[in-house]
Amino acid sequence: MLKVSNVSKAFNAGTPNEKVVFEDLSLHIRPHDFVTVIGGNGSGKSTLLNLIAGTYAVDKGKVELNGRDITHLKEYERAGFIGRVFQDPLMGTCSDLTIQENLSIAKRKGAKRTLRRGLTESERKEYAKLLEPLGLGLEDRLTAKVGLLSGGQRQALTLLMATLVKPELLLLDEHTAALDPKTARKVLELTQQRVEENQLTTLMITHNMRDALAFGNRLIMMSEGKIILDISGEEKKKATVKDLLDLFEKSNGEINDQMFLS
Amino acid sequence: MTLVLTSALAQGLLWSILAIGIYISYRILNISDLTSESSFTLGAAVTAAALIRNVPPFLAICLSVLAGCCAGYITGFLHTKMRIPSLLAGILTMTGLYSVNLRVMGKANIPLNQVTTILTNLSGLLGFRKDRDAAIILGVIVILIVIVFLVWFLNTEFGFMIVATGINDRMVTANGVNSDRIKTAGLMLANALIALSGSLVSQYNAFADVQMGIGAIVIGLASVIIGEVFLREKSFIIRLFGVVAGSIIYRMIVAFAINSSLVNANDMKLFTAILVALAIYLTDFTRKRGTKRAESK
Repeated sequence: MLKVSNVSKAFNAGTPNEKVVFEDLSLHIRPHDFVTVIGGNGSGKSTLLNLIAGTYAVDKGKVELNGRDITHLKEYERAGFIGRVFQDPLMGTCSDLTIQENLSIAKRKGAKRTLRRGLTESERKEYAKLLEPLGLGLEDRLTAKVGLLSGGQRQALTLLMATLVKPELLLLDEHTAALDPKTARKVLELTQQRVEENQLTTLMITHNMRDALAFGNRLIMMSEGKIILDISGEEKKKATVKDLLDLFEKSNGEINDQMFLS
Repeated sequence: MTLVLTSALAQGLLWSILAIGIYISYRILNISDLTSESSFTLGAAVTAAALIRNVPPFLAICLSVLAGCCAGYITGFLHTKMRIPSLLAGILTMTGLYSVNLRVMGKANIPLNQVTTILTNLSGLLGFRKDRDAAIILGVIVILIVIVFLVWFLNTEFGFMIVATGINDRMVTANGVNSDRIKTAGLMLANALIALSGSLVSQYNAFADVQMGIGAIVIGLASVIIGEVFLREKSFIIRLFGVVAGSIIYRMIVAFAINSSLVNANDMKLFTAILVALAIYLTDFTRKRGTKRAESK
């Protein structure tokens, strides 16, 4: 499925500010895995996601998805089959376009943009049906500009857009970190639902250890560019927040308030 | 006074196509594209060079539009492929095109009062005695075609991407589209319209001059802003008509200011620049752009 092999990445290479993030990192994710990733600031978890998504190019190594070498594909090319939700709720949607227009853009992911109508009548009905189960009332506001929505509503919409065309891989980059706890919960439930319904292979970064344990079938902890814990199945089910914190301290990781409070 | 007003109306209509082009780059793509200054002149230069060689006026206009596309493509290339900031990319194209325009024309000024233009054609067809009447008719027809085209185009799959790129290009990338290509296409569209405007204005004024584009971007912006004072939160099509109205109102203000000797004709550019600076400051323009930029970060 997803195979990250012997990847190295450094920023500002060859300057006094050089920062080596990864040296020879490998990670293998099986089909339908739902992997949660935790780690302190600077542990490399966001960089890992960006390397998979193609936002940054790797210095060395290989990234493969479903047997295809995607190491040299550009970010927009990979986006055709990789869905992504950002931390910033404003990033995944376009504020000046309506809800239905945003969805129509996501609906045509991976296809060539032509001079056909950007939004057809039959699509509108489809989108209303799609939004109804969210329970956010968005199905009645298809023609409202997305800029009028709350952060949580936008993030829920982004999640729908990222999974509207079934992606081969779904990347979630702390996508609930900017939301209040109640909204975050709702978006996480929706995430769970979308992942299960579509049997998506998912990589979710989170700051929240409890969420990391509660969701997914596999958990990875990162520190200083290395994977220091990789548990799945029963082992993951038995793990507690305390176990994670202990391990975290042993690895000299910097624990931030957000982790303690969660 | 009616003469002054109809003349201002004709100028306002023909220049409004420039303003629509500026609207596309500045408002929709969110790029201050200085290419506009030279692509306006380029449109005039190509038309003038073609007309004095007896090329049919309609074909001359088409050549100008094509030249405008190329100008936009060059800025797009500099910006997206060579990673030059958009403002500087526009300045580079503008500076380079000054020489190109001189080459195209062969001299700094070409008079067009002895050649067949689209306006003499139209006057002959409709039996007008004055080119001004033909210019008004032509302006209205071209504006309607341009607006119908834009409303259709921006509602296509490709058009949605142009709108989305101006607001949040990371979202465009995340949906599998190369936003660099979209930006370049948008710049080509904007400069094609601006060159069209230059072509028509030169035929109405009966000359093309290598300096005629100086200040074009500020004039276009003035029209966009005046139009938005009345019609801000309206639909896209209404806003486009607002830009046209803004262009006409701007020409009326200019005509009035010069005629009543309030402003010396030589001070007109200073007057316009101050007008635009104040208008941008006074409207919520700056605030709106601020949030847009934060969103696309």
